Order: sequence, then C-alpha cells, then structure tokens
Amino acid sequence: MNGKSTLLAAECIAKTFPLPAGGEQTVLEEVTFSIAPGEVVALLGRSGSGKSTLLRILAGLIQPSGGQVLVKGTPIEGPNSSVAMVFQSFALLPWLTVQENAELGLYARGVPKEVREHEATVVLSMVGLEGFAGAYPKELSGGMRQRVGFARAFVMKPDVLMMDEPFSALDVLTAENLRGEISDLWERGVFPARSILLVTHNIEEAVLLADRIVVLGANPGSIRGEVRVDMARPRGKKEPRFIALVDYIYTVMTNPQAPVGELPSAARSDRFPMLPHARVGGISGLLEIVNDRGGREDLPELAESLRLEVDDLLPAVDAAVLLGFAQVAQGDVTITDAGREFATAGVHRSHQIFKEQLLKNVPFVSTVIEALAQKKDGRIGKDFLLDILDEHFSASEAERQFETLVDWGRYAQLFEYDRDEERLYAAEEEIPS
Amino acid sequence: MSLNFWRKSAEFSPQADPKRSALALADLAVGLGILTLLYVVSRVGAQSLVKFNPPDIVPSVSLDPRNLPNYAARSTLRMFIALGLSTLFTFVYGYAAARSRRAERVLVPMLDILQSIPVLGFLSVTVTAFIALFRGSLLGLEAASIFAIFTGQAWNMTFSLYQSLRSVPCELEEMVELYRLSKWERFTRLELPASAIGLVWNGMMSFGGGWFFLAASEAISVLNRQYTLPGIGSYVAAAIAAMDFKALGWAIATMIALILIIDQLFWKPLVTLADRCKLELSAGEERRFWLVDLWRSASLPRYAGQLVEPVARRLDRLLAQATAVPAKVPPKKVSRTGDRVYNAVLALVAAGLLVAAVRFVLAEVGIGEVGHAALLGLATGSRVIALLVFSTLVWTPIGVAIGFSPRLARVSQPVVQILASFPANFLFPFATLGFIKLGLSLNWGSMLLMALGSQWYLLFNVIGGAQGIPNDLREMAANVGLRRGREWRSLIGPGIFGSWVTGAITASGGAWNASIVSELVSWGHTTLKAAGLGAYISEATAKGDWPRIVLGVGLMSVFVVGLNRLVWRPLYGIAGTKYRLE
Repeated sequence: MNGKSTLLAAECIAKTFPLPAGGEQTVLEEVTFSIAPGEVVALLGRSGSGKSTLLRILAGLIQPSGGQVLVKGTPIEGPNSSVAMVFQSFALLPWLTVQENAELGLYARGVPKEVREHEATVVLSMVGLEGFAGAYPKELSGGMRQRVGFARAFVMKPDVLMMDEPFSALDVLTAENLRGEISDLWERGVFPARSILLVTHNIEEAVLLADRIVVLGANPGSIRGEVRVDMARPRGKKEPRFIALVDYIYTVMTNPQAPVGELPSAARSDRFPMLPHARVGGISGLLEIVNDRGGREDLPELAESLRLEVDDLLPAVDAAVLLGFAQVAQGDVTITDAGREFATAGVHRSHQIFKEQLLKNVPFVSTVIEALAQKKDGRIGKDFLLDILDEHFSASEAERQFETLVDWGRYAQLFEYDRDEERLYAAEEEIPS
Repeated sequence: MSLNFWRKSAEFSPQADPKRSALALADLAVGLGILTLLYVVSRVGAQSLVKFNPPDIVPSVSLDPRNLPNYAARSTLRMFIALGLSTLFTFVYGYAAARSRRAERVLVPMLDILQSIPVLGFLSVTVTAFIALFRGSLLGLEAASIFAIFTGQAWNMTFSLYQSLRSVPCELEEMVELYRLSKWERFTRLELPASAIGLVWNGMMSFGGGWFFLAASEAISVLNRQYTLPGIGSYVAAAIAAMDFKALGWAIATMIALILIIDQLFWKPLVTLADRCKLELSAGEERRFWLVDLWRSASLPRYAGQLVEPVARRLDRLLAQATAVPAKVPPKKVSRTGDRVYNAVLALVAAGLLVAAVRFVLAEVGIGEVGHAALLGLATGSRVIALLVFSTLVWTPIGVAIGFSPRLARVSQPVVQILASFPANFLFPFATLGFIKLGLSLNWGSMLLMALGSQWYLLFNVIGGAQGIPNDLREMAANVGLRRGREWRSLIGPGIFGSWVTGAITASGGAWNASIVSELVSWGHTTLKAAGLGAYISEATAKGDWPRIVLGVGLMSVFVVGLNRLVWRPLYGIAGTKYRLE
C-alpha cells in the first residue's frame, strides 16, 4: 500500500470529537485508501459523511484520533507540504491583490521576488486571469475569485491538489464553465499537480472529473466502496455510460445500506435495474401526497413535512420513478399521468395500474411470470430466483431485492408467496389448502 | 507583497505618472504638515521633564487664554501616548487571549472585570504610586494621567481585537496554516488586517471617551493634596475654582477645535485606510478622504517610500524567517489532567483573593459600613437606571428619525460623534451653577450630569440600528398600513433592539464611572454632594482612606458586573437570536 506508487495514503484513519455533554462523537472510522500518481480521486458523500474532515486530516490540518497519513510512505507531522488546497469559500485575503494572493504560498517559502512574480504570472494566465494581477478580490466575480484560489494552489506545484467542494459556492453556469476548464487542463496534460483529490457531494461532478470515486457513508463516516469511472476523456454528459454511472451512484447514495461496487455492464443492468427498497404502501402514500399538492413538490420540503430523513424518503421516490409514476428533476418530484391515475384510483383499479407499470418497467418481473407459467405446478422456489439475482447483486442485496420483488408482485396480483415454504405461486391459481 | 496600505496598486493609480513635476503643491502641504507636527511634539514633550518637587514646587495653571494652545497640545500628547500604550497592550493581551486556550480562561473574565471597574476610583492609587516612582520630576503626574486615560481606552480595544481574531474565517486560518506562513506573516497578512476595522473604530470611540478621563486626571486632589498637571483639563479646573466664565468658554472652544482637528488629521485617514480591510468581498464604493487623497497625490511620500521599501522588505523577510513555523509540528496533546490542575489552581487563587479582600474590608471598616455603602450603591444604581429610561425616551424617537432620513443622518452623525467625544466634565460647572441658583439638590442633578456624557452612546447606536432596518420592511409596513404605534411595536422596536442594547450597555458603564465625578461637584467654594457610591468613592479618594476606597470601588465593580450578568447579557442573547435582522 505505501510503496513508491502512492503519493498519499490514509491508513485506518479515525476521528472522534468530544461532545460538550461528555462522551465522544465518531466522525470517521477505519478509513483506508490511497492516491497514486496521475489519478483523479473523488471523495463522494452526503453531508455528515466526514468527507471534509478526511480531506483536512490528509492535508495535515487536523490531527486524526487514530491511524496515520503517509506521504510517499512517510507519516506526516503537521501541515502536509506536498499538497495544496482549493477552498469552498475561496479563502482569499481581500486586502491583497490577485497577484499577491496567488504568490502567497511561494512568499511564505521565501522564494525570491522575481521568481515569484514569474510563477504567478504563468499560473494566472493558466486560469485566464491575465490582466487582473493588480485587481483586488472584491473587484472580481465569484468565478474569477475561485480562479485566484486555483492559481494560488497551482503555483505550489503540489503532488496532490486538494479541492474542497470548489464549485459549490458558484452559480450553476459559472461552476459548469470552471469545471470544464479544470477538466480541460487535466486532459491536456498541463495540470500543475500530479494527482487530484476532490471532495464533493455532486455526483455528476465526480463522474465528470474522477478516475475513481470513493463513496463515503455517514454516521460515522467510513468508506462504503469505490466506483471506477471507466470512461475516456473528455466525457460527455449525454453518453449512455455517463448516465448509467450517474444513475448507479445516485442509487447507491440514496440507499445507505446498498453495497458499493463496480457498475455492472450495460447489458445486464437493463434487465436488472436495482429495485429501490420501498413498499407499495410507501410509494402510493408518496404519490397521493404529491398529487394533493398539485403534482409537484420539492423533495427536501416533502421530507420535512413528512418528518422523514431524505435517506428514508428517497427509496419511495426512486421506486415511483422506476415504475413510471413520477419524474425527478432538480430536486423536484413531478407526478406522471400514470402516477396521478394510480394515486386517485379505487382499490381494484390501482392494483391493475400497478401491474401494468410493473410489467412495463421491470423486465425481471416478466421473467418470473414466464418461469411460473413454464412450471407445471405453477410454483418456483425462492432459491431459484436468488440464484439469478446473486449474479447481479451481493448476497444480502439479492435477499433485499427478492423481498421487494415479492411485495410488488403481490400487490400487482401477479403472484403469491408462501413464506413458510419459501415458494412463489402464480396468482390465478387457488392456493392449495 | 505590500505592507503599505497607503500605496495604491500601480495599475489602478491615476497618479503614478512619473513625468509629473517633482514637487507639487500637495508636497508642500505634506512636508509643512510633517515639520509642524515634529516641532510641536518636541516642544511639548520637553516640558514634561521640568522640575517638580511637591509640596514645594508645583506647576501652576495660568488662566490667560494665550496659554491654551500650549495646554491643549500637552493634553493631546498625553492622549496619544495613552493611545499608543493601549494599542500595545491590546496586541499583547488580546493576542494572548485569542491564541492560548488556557490564557483565554483567565484573561477574558479578567478583562470583563477590568472593563467594569470604575477607573476614576483608582486615580488615588496610581497618582501616589507614579509620583513615588518618578521622584523630583513632573513625569510622575504625567504617567498617572496617561495611565488614567489608558485604562479608559485599553479594555474596549482589547475586546475588539480578541473578537476579531476569534472570528477570522476558518478557511482563511487553514489556508495560512497549509501554506506555512510564518507567525509574522500570519500576523501582518491575516490577523492585523482582519481586525483593523474593529480596532480603528473602537480606538476612535475610546479616544473620544479618553478626554473625560484626561479632564478628570489633570487636576485631582489625592490624600489631602491638590495636584495640578498643566493641560486643558487643569485649565478648566482652575477656571472653576476662579469662577471665570470667560476662561471656561475659551476652554470649550479649544476643546471642540481639538476634537475636530484630531478627527480630520488622524481618525478619518485611519478609517479610510482600515476600510480596505473589509473581510467580506462585496464590492462597494471606496471611502474617500481629502487627507488620504492629498498624501497619495504628493510625490514626497512616494520618494520616501522608495527609500524605505528595500529596508522594510528586508526587515519583513527577516522577521518572517525568525518566526517561521517548524517543518514538523508535533501533534498537540490535550491533557485533561493538566486542564483540571490548571482550573483548580485558578479557582484557588480567585478564592484566595476574594477572602483577602473581604477580610481587609471587614477588619478595617466593619460590616455596618459595607451595608451603608451598598445602600449608596443602590442609590447610584437607581440613578443610572432612571437616566437610561429617560435617555431612551428622549433619544430613541430622535435617533430613529435621523436614521430613517439619509440626509439628516449625513448632517447629524458627525455632530453626534463630536458630542460623544466632548468631555462632559467641561460642562459640569454650568450645570452646577444652575443647580445652586435653582436650589436643586444634587441627588437629582447628578443624574443630569451623568447623562451629559453617556446619553450619546444611546443616540448613535439607535441611529445605526434604524439605518440597519431594511427598506423593504419599512415599505412593507407602509403597504400593509401599519399605524405609527403598531409600526413601532412590530418593526422599529424589534429592529433597533440589538443596537439599543449595545448603546445601553456602554451608556450604563459610562454613567457608573461618571457618578464618581458627578455626585460631588463644586463651583468656587460651594460644594454640592449627592448620596451615592460615586460621592463615597470620591471622598474616600480625597482623604486617602484606603479601606473605603477598596470597599467603594469593589462594590461598584460588583454592581456593574452584576447588572451585566443579570440584565444586559440576557438582553443581548435575545437581541442576537430573536431580533436578528437577516
């Protein structure tokens, strides 16, 4: 792990903070990963996953409670001089000019004035700030300020450039633009750092920039797994693989229990979309509320008014989306025609609609129906289905997928399940007494 | 990397044209100004070293108005020396409190207490001590006066620095640490600029308040002896003793001129410069000021700067190297047992001091005297509260009216600032004479005297608060048709509440302090006295009655700290949470 091939490594990092009322809160637990030269790694997690704390531990700004940080195999003590950081809030000194801000790190190293000025000029032109050297930060727009932040980090020529949600304080268009330019610098091979460590909660940003995405879980923060972004650069947001990766990570992020691994190949993932762990009652409840509120609702607001954690609400939302009952865009959930019909229909009709949508959108259900029809006795064992599911999911996830499948299939009156015998029956058939 | 905030960056300065004539009118003005300043300082400074050998040789004050400029200059020099010392103290104390967790635990509460102690009650101690220290020279009295002004300025400024340092944005601190700026660089590039605005504004306010202490400390009777230090304060004291109205008028005119001149030549340029150190990055109009423009357009300072710059840069570099952060910082160990031992020692020391003070007072004066002084304290406390209520009723509507009208605010704000700076004790003789003529008891009159100095804090805080109420909200109030009374209850009252609390805290502290000079006043040979803790301290000081001085000052501190804890801090909490305009 800590050979010459890693620039920076975290070994069993743990961090606890004392609570004011006594006791301790664990923020990070058993975090181990490393960064090799030439790669872009993204730390992706929801708030509370300790991703910014982890970044600061790797930068030597915070002392870990356990474990150690290695720079090329040597443990660090104090601030890590092999890294430079781009901050979320830019962290510029308003009373220094752009040039002086950019030079700050070199200045502290005691680099002579001429060299400093030359280096600063080079990086300022790299980030498109020629002609702004004498301006003060307050004269610049938000996007240009963060460019100064990048210039100040670039000028250090660090082994690892750390970015702490560098685009999240910018408006959408500016962020998009700057992200594209940073990505472009990396692709052209002129990036003034050997590797990049990006902290973000933006899934698209991670897929766009990273070679490897380390997904962090929350409470306490720990590594859930890694997703390798096996795409050539530059990456287009419309490419199917990009969309599939974003969808996959979105699913992972919205299911705190789901294991994180490699995204299955495209062919198989079509037939086996992961079923969100939501019960039909939850799905229809959600749809009724959204319908009552005019068919469109802001997700965080919905979670707030239902007193649900977003993590608990999202499976129901995902399921509604998967079944074609709803659409999600920019944090709003919008009900579809099918969804509205489902939400307002009587009991009998709602079973009917659910069945239609299930058969249309979840191909695996058709597979099960076909299998039931082919069997002479019209029944199949749980093991049979688990064997199929196991090829696509981990053992524990296959179990959960099966549970969800049964819940949905029963509601659609497609099949019945005998829990004692662990068998599925075709629904038309009378259950033998 | 510029340390020099006077310099505008070359790219943006229209004055950076080298072809301009070398010496312009601006240079003449700047050069003459500097020379005059140097001359006055050296002339006036030398006078402090004259012989002084009490009780045989004591300096006297002449009431001839022609001497006033000289007296004014001497007083001003004292003020500036005190300001310099306050600044020095601020950096050492405030820095230590903000940077060391353990020091913080002692220094901050101590500062809180120091701030509440009535400075004037200590004049007797300091005057005796300093005279003994500088035997045979006027320097002792000078030092005592400077010390009195210092104690009126330092605590505010220190708190301001401490709070600025504590509120430096976290990511800026991290940036400085990650890029390994040396301690010197951290101070000059981050901490000093980040606290500059607060420090300058607080310095300006404290400096204004300092005139009051200057006036009180230049002429003082301590231990049955009258000490006089030539200056504008002692001039007023002499005028009062001689019942000379003309001299008083001259003194007041001089004082106003002095405040205006210092404001224009010293504080305005400083405020203009500090304005560049705003932490928020919002673009705003740059504050302009004539003196700063004059300085920038003159080439003399630029030439001088070119001469000094290489030296300054070398020095900057040397200091940076000397304070460099070591390459490896061993992890800081937070020792909980160490903390516990430290806390226990602190508690022991505090308890020991308390016991010693109580024993001293009880042994010397007895419990009956304590009860008596406490009753007097209640009397003074009621005066403070009454004057706060009264000032609030009078000044809140006026302050709101000024704050809501930008034109009125522009005109009246400088006036209010000068009124706040003007030492109220200059006006005491007029009020005293009035009381004597009307036969009004000082028990009531002292309230007016205390209000003379402290009400202005309420006024300009209310003005600031009213200006801070967003226009949208006022338009909304008009739009939904809020009547005058309702508008006050639901918008203006809550909107200015926070500022009012700030103003009331300052006014209350000022009033307690002023009670020491307000409850015992004289005109010629007539002396008026009010029943109160201020008069108690004042009398004890004049007689040199140590136990009563300790008791009086201690009790007053208890009253002030108690009011702060029981009334002001909870109100501040409400202002910060419930009535926050954001």
